[in-house]
Amino acid sequence: MTATDMTVKSTAGADDVDAVPRSHPGRWITAAALVALCAGWVLSLWNNRNIDHATIADFLFDGRILQGVLLTVGLTACSMLLATTLAVALAVMRLSANPVLRVVSWGYTWFFRGTPLLVQIVFWGYLGLLYEKISLGIPFTSIHFFSANTNTIVTPFVAGLLALGMNEAAYASEIVRAGLLSVDHGQVEAAHSLGMSPTYTLRRIIVPQAMRVIIPPMGNETISMLKNTALLQLIAVPELYTRASWISAQNLSQVELLIVASAWYLVLTSVLSVPQYYLERRYGRGAGRSLPTTPWQQARHTATRIRTRVAQVAHTNPRNARTEADS
Amino acid sequence: MTPSPLVEARNVRKHFGAHHVLKGIDLEVRRGEVMCLLGPSGSGKSTFLRCINHLEKVDGGRIHVDGELMGYEEHASRKGRAREMKPKQIAAQRRSIGMVFQRFNLFPHLTALGNITEAPVGVAHHSRADARARGMELLRRVGLTDHAGAYPAHLSGGQQQRVAIARALAMEPKLMLFDEPTSALDPELVGDVLSVMRDLARSGMTMIVVTHEIGFAREVADQVVFMDDGIVVESGAPSRVIDDPRHERTRAFLDSVL
Repeated sequence: MTATDMTVKSTAGADDVDAVPRSHPGRWITAAALVALCAGWVLSLWNNRNIDHATIADFLFDGRILQGVLLTVGLTACSMLLATTLAVALAVMRLSANPVLRVVSWGYTWFFRGTPLLVQIVFWGYLGLLYEKISLGIPFTSIHFFSANTNTIVTPFVAGLLALGMNEAAYASEIVRAGLLSVDHGQVEAAHSLGMSPTYTLRRIIVPQAMRVIIPPMGNETISMLKNTALLQLIAVPELYTRASWISAQNLSQVELLIVASAWYLVLTSVLSVPQYYLERRYGRGAGRSLPTTPWQQARHTATRIRTRVAQVAHTNPRNARTEADS
Repeated sequence: MTPSPLVEARNVRKHFGAHHVLKGIDLEVRRGEVMCLLGPSGSGKSTFLRCINHLEKVDGGRIHVDGELMGYEEHASRKGRAREMKPKQIAAQRRSIGMVFQRFNLFPHLTALGNITEAPVGVAHHSRADARARGMELLRRVGLTDHAGAYPAHLSGGQQQRVAIARALAMEPKLMLFDEPTSALDPELVGDVLSVMRDLARSGMTMIVVTHEIGFAREVADQVVFMDDGIVVESGAPSRVIDDPRHERTRAFLDSVL
């Protein structure tokens, strides 16, 4: 609303009224109650004698913890890469005309989604008990290209990576499949009518449109994955939570090291939402009437709005300035 | 000697389950000719159109475009049987046939120009610069030079359909198929699309148009074909079929749409 509008409003005659927004006392009361509750909780943590704040500060940037953070990030990235690759293959298999491929894909999802992740992790960790040697060759013959002891190949890191990646692939394949199915069949027909091959159509026409549907839930999955890496403590992969638990086993500061680990998990999940936001923007092109603004654009927009508001208030009489502020 | 027809369909048959959609279609389209397919919905005209570029498989009969059997290969050793081609071969055959759909089917993640240049660059391997120059020229032809950078969601239905025509023309087809190109448009937008099609027909493009626009068929078509219930009821010059129909079914249909 501009300054000229305001002056027009104040000239309202006797048979006219100024529209004033309704007040909302309930909102203020709820907000105040919630703020008080949160403040109380934070204070209770701050004044808690059972928490040694100095220890938290000491270990927050401890070398061992930082190594753990690095491994957690690395594990998340590698398992998501493995999961996404497998998921695309599984989704394409599931939508294939070949019934064997469809059944294999369905069976994979059925198995890896139907058993607990924790059990799968332990299973991979103890793979050596199931297969002493791993070899690659032609089945039912004595031809072997390669053979090695299981425990030398499947280190705790590899076991963790496989467990997390293969479990996640089962969930991600359903997300990818939903994305592929969300693209209208008319797109395939248009692509085919232009002489595009099935693979080209998938790569250049279907997948870019499916990404819009795939990215938000995959962002969710990545954040889940980051936290699920903590389960690898069970097979002694030295990631963030494992390192924290090793330290607390020595110095008995369990609560402090749990807080240190939690703080790092929170930082990492917050950082992850940034690339997700920009990926969504990238693949949202052409979908809506306009793209969502970036936080930077929003900040600039807000700054401009505040500046014009200030200028307005300075130029109008006190009565109108008040109604403007209430709204 | 008369030149061979560009499109030649012989006894084309097609079922959808128990439903007999095409009961033996015979048609010929000469080079540079515009053929309009008329008929009530469900008469099989769209299905027949989609069989020409093999978006639908046929159950029997043959369709030749420029002397090539579409979608199938015959082996001398297996007389009377033709096997469906590999997807790559079918894709190669479709490159010389443009198609325009009722629902436009533009690629929503690409700009108007991006829609037009995608196939020339990715499929025909033209240079990006050449494809863009040709794309701009096509946008000028359909009157949308100012909208090159717009995404389909920002264009009106009529504008989208004109981009779709430009996209099909970018592959330099020898035949253009139109599947009810104006049926999804608001009445005031139909004119722009029809005028682009009229210009295209004048430029000598061979076109097969499934339409309900009787006025357009009368003005532009060289040959009008009336289909009903999977067969060709009658065909001929527009003045013959539209203004002087011989069959009761044609007369009833024309009465209902005019």
